[in-house]
Amino acid sequence: MSPAIELRNISKQFGPVQANRNVSLKVESGTIHGIIGENGAGKSTLMSILYGFYQADSGTIQVQGQELKINSANDAIASGIGMVHQHFMLVDTFTVLENVVLGVESGWTLKASLDDARETLIQLEKEYHLEVDVDALIQDLPVGLLQRVEILKALYRKADILILDEPTGVLTPQEADDLFRILEELSKQGKTVILITHKLREIMAITSHVSVMRNGEMVAHLKTSETNREELAELMVGRKVLLRVDKTSSSPKHEILRIEHLNVKDQNEVSRVKDLSFSVHGGEILGIAGVSGNGQTELLETLTGIRSFQGGSIQFGAQKIQSGDKFDASLMRDLGVGHVPEDRQRMGLVTSFVAKENAILGYHRDKAYNSTFEMDETFMLEDCSSKMKDYDVRPANPELQSSLFSGGNQQKLVVMREMSRNPELLIVGQPTRGVDIGAIEFIHRRIIAMRDAGKAVLLVSVELDEILSLSDRILVMFSGEMMGEISADEADERRIGLLMAGIREKAA
Amino acid sequence: MNEKTENLLLVTLITTVNLLLAFIISGFVIWSVGEDPWFALKTMLYGAFGYDEGIGYTLYYTTNFIFTGLAFAIAFHCRLFNIGAEGQAYIGGLGVGLICLWLEDLPFAVILPTAIAASALFGAVWGAIPGYLQAKRGSHVVITTIMFNFIASVLMVYLLVNILIKPGQMSPETREFGENGWLPQMHELFGWIGIQITPTPLNLSLFWAFISAFFVWRYIWHTRWGFEMRTVGANESAAIYAGINVDRNIIIAMSLAGALAGFVGINEIMGFNHRILLNFQFGYGFTGIAVSLIGRNHPFGILLASLLFGILYQGGAELAFETQTIDRHMVVLIQGLVILFAGALENLFRPQLQALVHSIFKSSSPVTAHG
Amino acid sequence: MWSDLLLILDASLRMAVPMVFAAMGGVFAERSGVIDFGLEGKMLGGAFVAASVAHLTQSAWIGLLGAIAIGIVFSMMHAFASVTKQGNQVVSCVAINIFAMGLTTVLGQAWFQRGGKTPQLPPEARFTAIELPFAEELRDVPILGEIYYELISGHNILVYIAYIMVPVTAWIVFRSRFGLRLRATGENPLAVDTAGISVNRTRYKALVINGILGGMSGAYLSTAQLAFFVKDMSAGKGYLALAAMIFGKWRPFQAMLACLLFAFAEAIQSRLQGVSLPIVGVVPVQLIQSIPYILTVVLLAGFVGKAVAPKAIGEPFIKEHK
Repeated sequence: MSPAIELRNISKQFGPVQANRNVSLKVESGTIHGIIGENGAGKSTLMSILYGFYQADSGTIQVQGQELKINSANDAIASGIGMVHQHFMLVDTFTVLENVVLGVESGWTLKASLDDARETLIQLEKEYHLEVDVDALIQDLPVGLLQRVEILKALYRKADILILDEPTGVLTPQEADDLFRILEELSKQGKTVILITHKLREIMAITSHVSVMRNGEMVAHLKTSETNREELAELMVGRKVLLRVDKTSSSPKHEILRIEHLNVKDQNEVSRVKDLSFSVHGGEILGIAGVSGNGQTELLETLTGIRSFQGGSIQFGAQKIQSGDKFDASLMRDLGVGHVPEDRQRMGLVTSFVAKENAILGYHRDKAYNSTFEMDETFMLEDCSSKMKDYDVRPANPELQSSLFSGGNQQKLVVMREMSRNPELLIVGQPTRGVDIGAIEFIHRRIIAMRDAGKAVLLVSVELDEILSLSDRILVMFSGEMMGEISADEADERRIGLLMAGIREKAA
Repeated sequence: MNEKTENLLLVTLITTVNLLLAFIISGFVIWSVGEDPWFALKTMLYGAFGYDEGIGYTLYYTTNFIFTGLAFAIAFHCRLFNIGAEGQAYIGGLGVGLICLWLEDLPFAVILPTAIAASALFGAVWGAIPGYLQAKRGSHVVITTIMFNFIASVLMVYLLVNILIKPGQMSPETREFGENGWLPQMHELFGWIGIQITPTPLNLSLFWAFISAFFVWRYIWHTRWGFEMRTVGANESAAIYAGINVDRNIIIAMSLAGALAGFVGINEIMGFNHRILLNFQFGYGFTGIAVSLIGRNHPFGILLASLLFGILYQGGAELAFETQTIDRHMVVLIQGLVILFAGALENLFRPQLQALVHSIFKSSSPVTAHG
Repeated sequence: MWSDLLLILDASLRMAVPMVFAAMGGVFAERSGVIDFGLEGKMLGGAFVAASVAHLTQSAWIGLLGAIAIGIVFSMMHAFASVTKQGNQVVSCVAINIFAMGLTTVLGQAWFQRGGKTPQLPPEARFTAIELPFAEELRDVPILGEIYYELISGHNILVYIAYIMVPVTAWIVFRSRFGLRLRATGENPLAVDTAGISVNRTRYKALVINGILGGMSGAYLSTAQLAFFVKDMSAGKGYLALAAMIFGKWRPFQAMLACLLFAFAEAIQSRLQGVSLPIVGVVPVQLIQSIPYILTVVLLAGFVGKAVAPKAIGEPFIKEHK
């Protein structure tokens, strides 16, 4: 029997970046095959080529033994390939049924197409245990269900080969386990599953084969049963990696931030943070764990003055802010709060600005950078240049447009700006999202160094590993509420996972 | 340094190619109505530069376009499409005229700064309202500025027909104001130093336009206020993150845009017409869009582009005079094409030109930032 | 009073027609995610070509075809710039409007040499009123008969086509396969692309329809409402149509109602002129003229939230690598 997928010598270049270089891959039918690699290793590009989103510069693709040209998603669908993207490809204002039918309607009129599809879809839901209300609007569904809709979309298009791109990023550990059960079910029924991830745990938990990518190249093909996490990590990075961060135990000092009964509503009046109270002390890292979308973003934005709040208070040092008080991001900065935002591209940087401009964003009114009317550009340049060396931002060119830096260096630029001001409290959201391992290690070391210097750090991350390895105390948020607090030495994945899913521990 | 030269060359090439495209299509239109494009080109160039009167008119139009081009550019850096320079210039002129009528007995040295302030203030108000509505109410600034052009036009008709009209006169104009409110014209200045040139409307406003361009440049790229405005324009979320008041910056940008457009009133009312009349601003505001886009929204580029459109306006008038078939509105058509090619299609040939420029600079080592 | 009202409503119905055509065109473009400030230019271009071609061929219908053709040419310019070349959509629209202004005046002067006006069309070469069956007979029936005679009967064919276009647009957008894809393209183009549908082709299709409707709106101005073209005769109606569409939250029926509201404001103008109202006295004619413009500003400022537009509007579809 020919393999489900066979790629030979695929290469793809984007401008100066070689995203894939002579990549070959063989995926056997009916297996769950993992592809692992760091951010930017070329996994997503490779799968996008397989799904017809990009075309390879060279190389061949064989599906079920037949050589194919895949020029569009349509071609991929026709050859039995389905893809569940990392960011869901769903139309929020449509129903589940409409989303599933989109592109494969059976006729000119909408009603007839939907009626035709309804039965088939409900049948599929039963067959694979993927129950979703077919008439629900996408915008009303929780993320876990959206993923089901994506899988249903692929199955409805009669996909035999299912590609999942980082599918667990938005799931709790328990939801991820559910997903894995579904994938096993699919593979039992003869479907081929390709799982793209950067998480070693997932590879070990579910795949039968694993291929490792690094810097756009395929560096190893292994049987999962014949390898281990350490070996895979080393292959991914190309050198020995410490899977744990070295740090001493914390020595908390005086309280720096205290929030009491904080309530935050979004622009649609939906309650996002509910009656939250906690405090952060100097010399400690407080980690906030939770599946993305459970109020962490709103909490961060409130604490940094970007968002207003509807109840409770925020006390920072001697300054107490009540709901209704006038406050904004510059006030919080003046008080000594640094903020590395969750999304550097959307919020942390102006990508069309050069590095030295981004290096002062938010601090641009500071006297040091200004004379009466004009900005002191010589100082801006020198200041940025020396900081870039200190924070190892490459290339250390203050005049370079920020969009031209790699993800890791963009993030270092943001970290540099916020940490070099030596804030009393550093609020960090997803500090290592989309960042290579080298930069991750650097950023983690810097965060711990801040803590050791007696500053307070509030860390929000959806990467449980990151929370576990950095935090001294861990709070878990679910649906805007605080589910519980765990100290670092008592924390384990299972306990936190249950809290992340909204299941409280029984009172001891 | 090399990178900058390379970039400058690329931008120049792109602009030139885009302009050429617009001109070739315009030439085709001229040919299709039965005229000789070469003749048209020669006539236009002669009209613009062939004699001192032509040069004077060319520069007089240039002055207006610098103001309206800057008015589009400054808002554009805040990602606002100010299509309202037309109305802002109109209302700005009203301010100038009212001051000159009111203060005509005072010395010129008092009238001039007051009139400049009035033109800026009136124009700023006419820009600030759409800005306010965009910031606070989310009404799209393109639609509101267009509506404000119409409203300005109707308002001016009302004022000139019913209130400001010189009694006993049919045409809706104010009386001419006293000479204390006249901005010296170039031929007078040259006359004072003994050089005789043909009288044209060209006046001291040209220097005010240069000064404005200089300050706009410093403001946008070298002050913290410009920094904030550009941040709002490039990435609103980042602006909020940085503690920048987005609404206030939108309103400020539109006010400044309106003020700059209002300066057209100095050139037109104080510098030339010496009374308030209907439609003195006609078309200058829209031309400002093309000027700014072809000048890549940079004051220096705007100076060059303004001169180009000054040539087109004055040369176009000469052409319309010389031929029966070609209307003065030919320049409007060219404007549309310039906006299309320099604005919406600016990247049409970018890949090819980039490759070309890159091959010229190949010897120097390229900077790689990835990885 | 009753007959006055009927006459005003009748006039509103007619004056709304170009805006209804344009607003429906706007619905197609913007639902697909392409901003269309260029309706003004299509209207102007359509009006000019309809009048010129109708004059040359002495046929209003061939004139209409010409108007549709120029509408499509303009919307394809917009499509090429903003869809294929991913240029700035607002700038592209402004370019088309200014280009249309220049082109119609230049060609009008070159071809007819009457200061931008085209020759008066004889009744045979324009769209004239159609008497619906039994209108004369029912005329004297109170209320319903009067409404039928005054309001419903006695319009030209384009009026009827315009109002038929409203349910047709609604059906296509909300009840057809094309409509599903159209709306999806405006909301989440990536989802559409991964579902195997070409985003750009969908946008092109939407813009072809947009061009047809934009051209028709212009033809109405110069070959139905009037019998000639004068320069700048669209006088902002394209922008009003767009505002009506926004005010109608991108829905055909609501957009049509907003168009009727603008047309009503226009229709009462002639009635208000010189009339002395209680308290305020005689309203200046200029204030009356500015009612549609002020109304637009007030409506947009007062009633439209920020978040109702199709999500992907104004964004070119770019496959970016991460």
